[in-house]
Amino acid sequence: MKLGMAIEELHRSENHLVTVLTSMSDKHKADHEVFYVTRDMAKWSREHVADLARVGRDFDVDLDPQVSEDPGMLASMKQRTSELIGRRPEPGLLLLADLRHLYREAAGTSVDWELLAQGAQGAKEKELLDIAERCHPESLRQARWANAHLKVTSPQVLAS
Amino acid sequence: MPRIDRIAEPWGTRTPYGPGETWPTRVDSYLADGLTEADVDRWVQSATILHSNGDALDIAVKDDRIVGVRGREVDRVNHGRLGPKDLFGWQANHSPDRLTKPLIRRKGKLVETDWDTAMDAVAGRCKELLEEQGPSAISFYTTGQLFLEEYYTLGLIAHGGIGTNHVDGNTRLCTATAAAALKETFACDGQPGSYTDIDHADVIALYGHNMAETQTVLWTRVLDRLAGPNPPKVICVDPRETPVARAATVHLAPRPGTNVMLMNALLHEIIANGWIDREYIAAHTVGFAELEKQTKGYTPEVAAEVCDVPAEQIREAARILGTAERLLSTVLQGFYQSHQASAAAVCVNNINVIRGKLGKPGCGILQMNGQPTAQNTREAGADGDLPAFRNWSNDSHIEELARIWNVEPMEIPHYAPPTHVMQMMRYAEEGTIRFMHVSATNPAVSLPELARVREILAQDRLFLVVQDIFLSETAQLADVVLPAATWGEKTGTFTNVDRTVHLSEKAVEPPGEARSDLDIFIDFAHRLGLKDKDGAPLVKWSDPEGAFEGWKECSRGRPCDYTGMSYDKLRGGSGIQWPCNDEHPDGTERIYEDGQFWAQPDYCESYGKDMITGAPVEEIEYKALNPTGKAVLKAAEYIGPHELPSEEYPFQLMTGRTLYHFHTRTKTGRAPQLNEAAPEVWVEMSASDAADRGFTEGDLLEVSTPRGRVRARLRISGIRPGALFLPFHYGYWDTDAGSEPKKKDDGRAANELTLTDWDPVSKQPIFKTAAAQVQRISASGGQPAPAPTTTGSAPVSGGVPPTTGGADAQVDELVGGRA
Repeated sequence: MKLGMAIEELHRSENHLVTVLTSMSDKHKADHEVFYVTRDMAKWSREHVADLARVGRDFDVDLDPQVSEDPGMLASMKQRTSELIGRRPEPGLLLLADLRHLYREAAGTSVDWELLAQGAQGAKEKELLDIAERCHPESLRQARWANAHLKVTSPQVLAS
Repeated sequence: MPRIDRIAEPWGTRTPYGPGETWPTRVDSYLADGLTEADVDRWVQSATILHSNGDALDIAVKDDRIVGVRGREVDRVNHGRLGPKDLFGWQANHSPDRLTKPLIRRKGKLVETDWDTAMDAVAGRCKELLEEQGPSAISFYTTGQLFLEEYYTLGLIAHGGIGTNHVDGNTRLCTATAAAALKETFACDGQPGSYTDIDHADVIALYGHNMAETQTVLWTRVLDRLAGPNPPKVICVDPRETPVARAATVHLAPRPGTNVMLMNALLHEIIANGWIDREYIAAHTVGFAELEKQTKGYTPEVAAEVCDVPAEQIREAARILGTAERLLSTVLQGFYQSHQASAAAVCVNNINVIRGKLGKPGCGILQMNGQPTAQNTREAGADGDLPAFRNWSNDSHIEELARIWNVEPMEIPHYAPPTHVMQMMRYAEEGTIRFMHVSATNPAVSLPELARVREILAQDRLFLVVQDIFLSETAQLADVVLPAATWGEKTGTFTNVDRTVHLSEKAVEPPGEARSDLDIFIDFAHRLGLKDKDGAPLVKWSDPEGAFEGWKECSRGRPCDYTGMSYDKLRGGSGIQWPCNDEHPDGTERIYEDGQFWAQPDYCESYGKDMITGAPVEEIEYKALNPTGKAVLKAAEYIGPHELPSEEYPFQLMTGRTLYHFHTRTKTGRAPQLNEAAPEVWVEMSASDAADRGFTEGDLLEVSTPRGRVRARLRISGIRPGALFLPFHYGYWDTDAGSEPKKKDDGRAANELTLTDWDPVSKQPIFKTAAAQVQRISASGGQPAPAPTTTGSAPVSGGVPPTTGGADAQVDELVGGRA
């Protein structure tokens, strides 16, 4: 059975998503909605990491329930930089690039959850299926937000 | 005729009545200078504009001057009554500091100029930027205080003519969440309630809604029910001990920022006890299973912990809500301006929907507005919506609008929702918005984090046009100031929260060269040379009635259908509720009767949004979820507020309003009776917090957050421990400083302290959860805080003299009417 491998892979992707979201939040502190919504969405991924670590034990996979995150110093440096350059239009392009990156990462993770859910159904692993059904919609919501925010932001960045 | 001090008695004399009876009339009138009705030359029909209630009144005119007001007995909204702001606020029209000539900035100073020079400068800069950058450089920030005709014309100019997506109103600060919550549950704006529901309700639940101060006449109606036989029970959710809380059967005072937790617990209890209408749910809703699942974990015990409200109180409130026969729910700023605003307001809708308490007498929801004409900003498309509740993501709606305006569909931006004001400020901050036209609002006092807002508005690279009646804090930063006429000096219509439309006629000439906002907008359009696709002028009307007729066509067949109305029909009698058309020629008292909604995918205004991220639901998803247009039950998880108290900033600061003032006091601060009732900013703190620090009533405190500081005298009030309250009305126009604090220690505006954060769904800024600290600057010396004693700021300790208005605040009240 390769479910353990799938859990490990998802654990890695969700860990990475936390980094992508929090780093994006810090880099775009001057864009208030981006700053807060990415932080709120990062909480989901943190919970997913903990869920995966817990269920991983049933599949002999030893995973850290905690996300390894940016040290505070680096985060505040990024935030300060955002405030300093936030009076210029150029960071708009950077935001588009970051949203695009987030969209791809979140969409990839969401596909991984789909796979895990299918695997759990095949193997009749009820608890694993429950976790996948709970977490999958949240990773879809992360991707949808990135896509929606790209649509809202891009006309002003590209047409100005 | 009995006379009464309406500053001391804001709600006036009781006229008790029972359930199902008609609210008795009471005609309130106030004439200045000892005049009597016999002295009045003429009465001119209008309605109230210093709140959102839409109370009908007549303006008294003598020698071509406004000399007073009298409530209209025949009107369905107020049955003759007026509130203190209506009785006294009109005096501001006569202020000697009204703007009477256009101003233009020359060598850094605003100097008087003529209309041609001012308007050519405005239109010239706009054209320059359109050529250089395109419509993305141009933005409009309007208000909830103009007339329908003006909003519709502005929306046409901006969306249909200039083609910019950057149009919003200050309704973003007051009523955006009301609209958002209705769009989430019913897929369309439009109030599923009527003020007459108060006459029938056996339970009235007010969520973050201090109705006693924000809509005094509506609260008078509630007080009269409470004084009559078989009074309704009242549920109040508010962290302060407001007059509503004092009248409540159950008062829940949650920690700021925890409304969704509390609401989910109420829903949990109602569902768990089976106090739901399963037939209604099955026939008229989608999403119940998800709501039931989502609220499962939110027991009263969990909520008690997070909200710091006793579990027993939550159970008691849920029992009253769950067993109500006729349930009226109302919501305002305590929810709209707090964390997770839309999610919390949607929970209120959910309670009425799962209990089937809609579209029947006494069963309704009033997602309230804050300003008199906010409903029109929403309807007419001047606030981040398209006209007549059209759906920006439905191409056929855009095509229809383009046909009405005779422009190409591509000319109307619909690639994304119209830009909200907080995002506009961001675009101006990064330098891509370079022209901002501000009408009848004062962002330099009313937006959060004022130091930042002033910095943005004062930039050289931003061309700021301010259209107003006074030289407000914002106007002082402008490049061009356009003097406008106000209520009583121009004609137009406006609509209140229960869809009642009133006509407000011109009573007197505006001062000096001031012109109506409509005239200014039309002049602007002509100077820009805006044309339709056949080369005819884009704006096809030249007066208010022409604009109203244009709007009627735009509203045809939409939920807010005005086609059955005319100026003539609105004259003489009562206001009329939309929809009003051939089918309903006298208007419509209740919508959503028999569970019929405006939520069909091809008709609805919105497909909804994600309750946490705000990402729009796509058309395809919505069609799958709700193919036949039922009510949508949306669930939302609770997430903690973004700024939490800390050791350094141990308090949660809420900003809010008082009964005697409106918005940034531009009018009420110039009406003597109102100004004296609440002359200066104060800060409220609970008795236990004050005792812990050894503070006493009237001590001068400095409240600070990482964004700024404000000095205010302390009122020890019935606010919950851990929270502070500052009224947001006070700015700088009546200080030596003018437009901003000149020194670090003379901050007066509450928004020096607030943080820039908004609800991702409604984009309404959050004003209720800033972490703050306080320190004492000096002891009171026996001088109490300048806060009213009649309201939510009532002192809990003795020794504070009561708020009164004296001889100048005597108002005639004729109970039983003039007949």
